[in-house]
Amino acid sequence: MLIARNITKKFAGVVALNNVNLELHPGKVNAIIGENGAGKSTLMKVLSGVHVDYEGDIIFNNEVLQLTGTKDAEAKGIVIIHQELNLVPGLSITENIFLGREKCNAIGILDKKEMTRQTQKLLAKVKLDADPAALVGSLKVGQQQLVEIAKALYTNASVIIMDEPTSAISDKEVDNLFVIIDELRSEGKTIVYISHKLKELFTIADRFVVMRDGCTVESGVMAEMTQDALIRKMTGRAVNGPAGNTKQTFTEPVLRVQNINLKSTSRHGANVLTDISFTLHKGEIVGLYGLMGAGRTELMETLFGLHPKRATGNIFVHEQQVHIQTPIQAIKHGIALVPEDRKAHGLILDQKIKTNISITVLNQLEKWGIVLHNKKETRLSKDYIQRLGIKTYSENNIAGNLSGGNQQKIVLAKWLATNPRILLLDEPTRGIDINARFEIYNLMKKLAEAGMAILLVSSELPEILTASDRVLVMAEGRLTADMPVTEATESNVLKYAIQHNITA
Amino acid sequence: MIAIQKNNTINLARLQSLIALVTLCAIIAILSDKFLTMDNGWNVLRQIAVNVCISVGMTLIVLTAGIDLSVGSVLALCGAITAGLLKNGIKMPSADLFIGFTILGALLAGIIAGALLGWFNGFVITKFKVPPFVATLAMLTIARGLTMLWTQGHPISNLGPAFSVIGTGWFLGIPVPVWIAGMVVLIASFITRQTRLGRYIYAIGGNENAAILSGISINKVKLIVYSIAGALAAVGGIMVTSRLDSAQPNAGTGYELDAIAAVVIGGTSLSGGKGSIGGTVMGAVIIGVLNNGLVLLNVSPFWQQVVKGAVILIAVIIDKGGKKK
Repeated sequence: MLIARNITKKFAGVVALNNVNLELHPGKVNAIIGENGAGKSTLMKVLSGVHVDYEGDIIFNNEVLQLTGTKDAEAKGIVIIHQELNLVPGLSITENIFLGREKCNAIGILDKKEMTRQTQKLLAKVKLDADPAALVGSLKVGQQQLVEIAKALYTNASVIIMDEPTSAISDKEVDNLFVIIDELRSEGKTIVYISHKLKELFTIADRFVVMRDGCTVESGVMAEMTQDALIRKMTGRAVNGPAGNTKQTFTEPVLRVQNINLKSTSRHGANVLTDISFTLHKGEIVGLYGLMGAGRTELMETLFGLHPKRATGNIFVHEQQVHIQTPIQAIKHGIALVPEDRKAHGLILDQKIKTNISITVLNQLEKWGIVLHNKKETRLSKDYIQRLGIKTYSENNIAGNLSGGNQQKIVLAKWLATNPRILLLDEPTRGIDINARFEIYNLMKKLAEAGMAILLVSSELPEILTASDRVLVMAEGRLTADMPVTEATESNVLKYAIQHNITA
Repeated sequence: MIAIQKNNTINLARLQSLIALVTLCAIIAILSDKFLTMDNGWNVLRQIAVNVCISVGMTLIVLTAGIDLSVGSVLALCGAITAGLLKNGIKMPSADLFIGFTILGALLAGIIAGALLGWFNGFVITKFKVPPFVATLAMLTIARGLTMLWTQGHPISNLGPAFSVIGTGWFLGIPVPVWIAGMVVLIASFITRQTRLGRYIYAIGGNENAAILSGISINKVKLIVYSIAGALAAVGGIMVTSRLDSAQPNAGTGYELDAIAAVVIGGTSLSGGKGSIGGTVMGAVIIGVLNNGLVLLNVSPFWQQVVKGAVILIAVIIDKGGKKK
C-alpha cells in the first residue's frame, strides 16, 4: 500500500498541496478526481519523484520513502505515465523500452536479440501488435501509450500512475487499455488513474479520491458514489449562488461565430472543435469554461486566424462576414488575443516594456511614413503604464524583469493599444498574484462598460462566475452550454463541462 | 563596471570590443612601425570595407535568428555578372542580338542579381520551412557553380579605368570603398534603430511566436532581410572585382565565415533578437586590423588562421562572461 501522509508542497510560496493524505490500494484502480488546478498532477509528481522538496511522508509497504528522483522512484517500483508521453520518436520500440537500461553481452556490445525477445513478450502483454523494431514516431498515440505501459511493466513497477491516459485515444483503444488495466489489477498492481471523464472512472475505478484546492476532501469506494455526488464533492465550496453582476441585457452583436470546426492535426484524429456557434455582444463579458483539453485555447486561436488550413465555419464582426486567415486580418477586424502563455507567445522578454507595448501599432507611430516617432512611442507606453498600473520605474525597463502580473499587463497594454472591439483573454490571471488579479477584473469591467466585447477563457470556475455576464461551457470540442451567469452555478457549469462523458 | 553590466549589456559588449581593438592596435603598433602610417590605415579600411558590407547584411539576418552561408558565393557570382555584362554585354548570335551595358547598368544588374539570390534564400526558408543553415548552404554551392558557368572558370579582367574607381578610387581624401561601406552602415543603422522593419527584425529574433501573434508578417520581413543581405554581398562583390580589375571565379571563398565572425565578435547573439550594426562594424574592424597586423608582423599564413580563430573564441567567451554575471 502506498500512503501519503500530510504532504504539503509549495511553489515559490504558493501552496499547491495542503496537508494531503491518501491511501492507494494494491490490486485496485484508484481514481484521482478534481477540477483543474486541484493539485492532482502535483501530487502525482511528488509520488513519482519529480518533486522531491515537499513536507510530509510517503509510506510505501510500511517504509518511509525518501525519493531522490524519478529514477529512484522507478527503482522502488513507482512509475508515472505522463499525459504528454515520454518517448523518443526517432527510436524503435525496443530502444525506447530499454533506453538508459540497455542490455549488453559479456564484451559490452548491445544484446539486441535478447532485448527484442523481451520486447516481444512485453508487447504481447499490452496487446500491441507491432514490430519491436518499428519507430515509435510511426505509431499512433494510443499505441505509444501502450509502449509506455510496456516500459513500466519491464521495470516491474508495482505502482503505475496514469495521467489522463484516454485524453488522446479512440474508444476502441480505450477498451483495449481497460482490458490491460484489468489484468494489471488482477496481478496485484496499484493503478492510479487520473481522468476528467467521469463515465470512464465508473467503468474502471474501484476506489476514488477527490481533490480540491490542494487538499484531499474525500475518498472511498467508487461503487457507492453517484456522478452527481462526485461533482458536488469536486466543486465543494459553499455553493455561492450566482454572482449575477449584471442584470443587463446585451443586444448589439459584435462577434458572431457559426459552425466553427477545427480538424485534428493528425490525419485520423477526431475534430478538435465541432460545430461551435455563439454570439458576443457589445459591452458583454462572456466566460468560457471547460476542462483541460476541451478546446478553449484552440477556439481562441481559430478566431484569431492561427489555424487557417484546418478550420471551417463563419465569423461575423458587426454582422459582416469576415475571413480571418492570419492574425493580421484578425487585428484588422478589431480582434485582440491575450494568449495563455505570456512568456512563449505574449512578450519579447529581452526587450523593453516600451518596445513590447508598441509592437502592435508601430504603423501608427511613424512620421513621414518611415521613421519611428520615438516621442509618440514613449508617450504611448507611459500612458499605458499609468492606466494599467504597471509597476516599473521606466518604460525602458526590460519586460522579462517584471513580475507575472505586470508582464500580463504589458500584454494587455499592447493589445489595448490596437483599440480592439473584441478582446479574447486566454487565462489572463494564470500565475499572477491576487492584487493584480483584481486589477485585471476591474480593467475588464471598465473596458466592457466602454463597449468592448470580451471573451474570457478560464480554468477557474469562481473567476468565470464572478467576472462574466454570460457563461459558455465546452466539453471535448463542443459547446455544451450557453447561459446567463444568473443561472450558472459551480455544479451545473461543471456538469456541462463533463456532460459529454455522462451522456455519451 | 558591475553597474554598467546590469543596465546595458549591449553597450558593455561595445565597450569590450573597443578595449580589445585599442589593445590590439597598441600591440601591433609597438611591434611594427609600419602599422600607424596613413598608407596602411587607408589600406586596412579599404580591405575592411568589403567585410563590413557583407557583415551588415549578415547582422540583419542573424538578428532574426537566421544565418546566411551563401554570401561568399553570391559575392563572387554578382561580381562576375557585373564584370561580364560590362565587358561582353549580352550576345545572342542566333537572334543577332547584342545588348551593351554601361557601368551603371552593370552595377545595377549585379546588385539586383544579389537581391534575387538572397530573396530566393528567403523564399526557400519561409515557404518550405527549410532551416536557414541548410537553405543557404545549398545556395553557397549553387551560386559558386553558377559563377563557374558564367565565367567558364576563367577570370574576367581588364574592365577599364572608370570601373576601377569603385575599388581603388578616392573621394574627398577617403577611399571610395570606405564611403560605400560607410553609407551601408549608416542606412542599416537607421533601419535597425528607427524604422518599423528594424523593430520587426528584432521582434522575430526575440520571440517569433509573439511576433506572429502581434500581427507581423514574419515571412515578408525575412524575405526583405535575406534580399538585403544578398544585395549587400553583391556590393561587396563589385568592390572586390573593381579593386582587382578582375572577377575571379573563386572570389569570396570563406567570406561568410569572416562575416559571421564579425557579427559574433560584435556581440550579436546567434539566437537572434540582440545585437547591433555598430557592434558588427567593430567586429569587422577588429578582424581587419588583426589580419593586417599579422601580415605586417610576418606571421606565417598558417599561424594567422590559428590566431584569428583564437581571437574569435576569446571575444565570444568574454562577451558571454559579461552577460552571465
